[in-house]
Amino acid sequence: MKQVVVLSGKGGTGKTTVAAALVEQAGRAMIADCDVEAPNLHLLLKPRTSRSYTMSVSRRASIDPGLCTRCGSCEGACRFGAIREFRVEKHACEGCGLCERLCPAGAVSMQAQEGGEVFVGETPYGKMVWARLAVGEEASGKMVSQVRMEAQALAVEEGYELLLVDGSPGIGCPVIASVTGADLALMVAEPTLSGRHDLARALETASFFRIPSLVCINKCDINEVETERIRADCFSRGVEVAAEIPYLEGLAEAARLCVTPLEALNGEASLPLRRLFRKVMEGIGLPAPQAGTWH
Amino acid sequence: MVIAVASGKGGTGKTLVAVNLALALAGEGLGVRLMDCDVEEPNDHLFLEPVFSSRERVELSVPRIDPRKCDLCRTCVDFCAFHALALAGDRIMVFDELCHACGGCSLLCPRDAVREEPVPIGRVECGKAKARGEGGGEISFCRGILDIGEPKATPIVRRLKERIEEGVVNILDGGPGTGCPVMETVRGVDYCLLVTEPTQFGLHDLRMALEMVRELAVPYGVVINKYILGGGGLDTWCAENGVPVLLRIPYKREYAALYSRGLNLVEELPEWRERFLRMFRRIEEEMVPGRART
Repeated sequence: MKQVVVLSGKGGTGKTTVAAALVEQAGRAMIADCDVEAPNLHLLLKPRTSRSYTMSVSRRASIDPGLCTRCGSCEGACRFGAIREFRVEKHACEGCGLCERLCPAGAVSMQAQEGGEVFVGETPYGKMVWARLAVGEEASGKMVSQVRMEAQALAVEEGYELLLVDGSPGIGCPVIASVTGADLALMVAEPTLSGRHDLARALETASFFRIPSLVCINKCDINEVETERIRADCFSRGVEVAAEIPYLEGLAEAARLCVTPLEALNGEASLPLRRLFRKVMEGIGLPAPQAGTWH
Repeated sequence: MVIAVASGKGGTGKTLVAVNLALALAGEGLGVRLMDCDVEEPNDHLFLEPVFSSRERVELSVPRIDPRKCDLCRTCVDFCAFHALALAGDRIMVFDELCHACGGCSLLCPRDAVREEPVPIGRVECGKAKARGEGGGEISFCRGILDIGEPKATPIVRRLKERIEEGVVNILDGGPGTGCPVMETVRGVDYCLLVTEPTQFGLHDLRMALEMVRELAVPYGVVINKYILGGGGLDTWCAENGVPVLLRIPYKREYAALYSRGLNLVEELPEWRERFLRMFRRIEEEMVPGRART
């Protein structure tokens, strides 16, 4: 089973739209939305939920004022500044448990936090796993890992050949959790000064984890100068620009109306997305389904 | 005064709002400190071209085990809530990238075999930016940068926030999402601007971001970027849910073109200076006076 992760560095460049276009063409693919902080792919693919479960991924300290002797040993030891005036500021607490361990009065307990909800559903293209981080939960990397593990297990169990992962913006914890061990990272870049800057950091992150990358430039005609710079940058890094998608009102409209990209685009306009799909399949060594078999 | 800019969804225009607000205020002669807290992908500097005068490494103290003292008692392994330590045969392995640097392992080790070693995870840089054109004013600027391959952004945000200045307007440009680094950015600020766009994605992620600011008990208002007439249902939704909309930035190719070249609305189109100032006055009115900071 091969895994492709769609990333971008910068947010809002079109990861979810591109991921949906790949899913539409794959014929059959396991789908995972690893952007648990702002999950959107389910809005496009409209899966029917078959099961869901809540899970806990972290703990927070809590001090029982009735038992607390106000000795201050917890506050002195906490490296996160999470204890003030013998109370825990729960959004600062990282759940290490040192205060609980050190409290001589047994007044500190570690409480499991609601981490979020994981969903498994069916789309016309394959099964899908996604999640929603609970309000106030900070350990999104662990939720991402859970989504990936769930999707991988299902994919192996049900004989899927392809797992498509929609990633999150940035290059930190959630991105690392979604990209490590993948076969290919597809970077969706936008030709703006900040888009180019962020793409470079995303490419460096993928290469740090030894994941091969492909680049797709979205809205390539909104700034020709930046598009050319991205091409040059990719060339010097030895990364292929697999497709360039012009600004398409049809895609913007599709995003507003929540329809999938290939439903919204007519033949000619969909060519860059079709080319992109072939390049991605080539990149992971899977045969691309023949035209006409994608629905 | 501390104003954070957040969004939920990425690419909605956080950087645009933070930078232009800073420029508008600086143009009025107000003291402004802009801090780029999107340490995974910091971009504010591209729009301001600041001159940096200081650079500080941000380090985390991770454990190193002295094999001559360690008797494999597992105290550290069993304590570590992040599974950053593991017993592997006849030695303790340390996974730096999982460590939160709580210091528990070295404190609890009965053999004094755990030493802490600072490892770099990123840096904080500060300097000054001048607005282009005359009478533009000056912005005190800081940014955090996470090292490539390093997962933990939060400690860098925490370090940045130590640079919050009294007596000036501090603007914290946050990252996308609602996870740890964003929570750390927004926690304890006086006001949070949530930037969204009129799509279903925008609304979905705005709702998650709203839950976050409500959980943190921070006053908030919304900026709708790429605004189309009627706001794609966002105007109605915000009105029905009592969410104040402070600014609408129309969907115009001209604005997108300026942004793509690293140019700023406030500097290029004078009417935007007044609009951002009006938004700031709204924020001042909306803010609960004398809010306790954490």
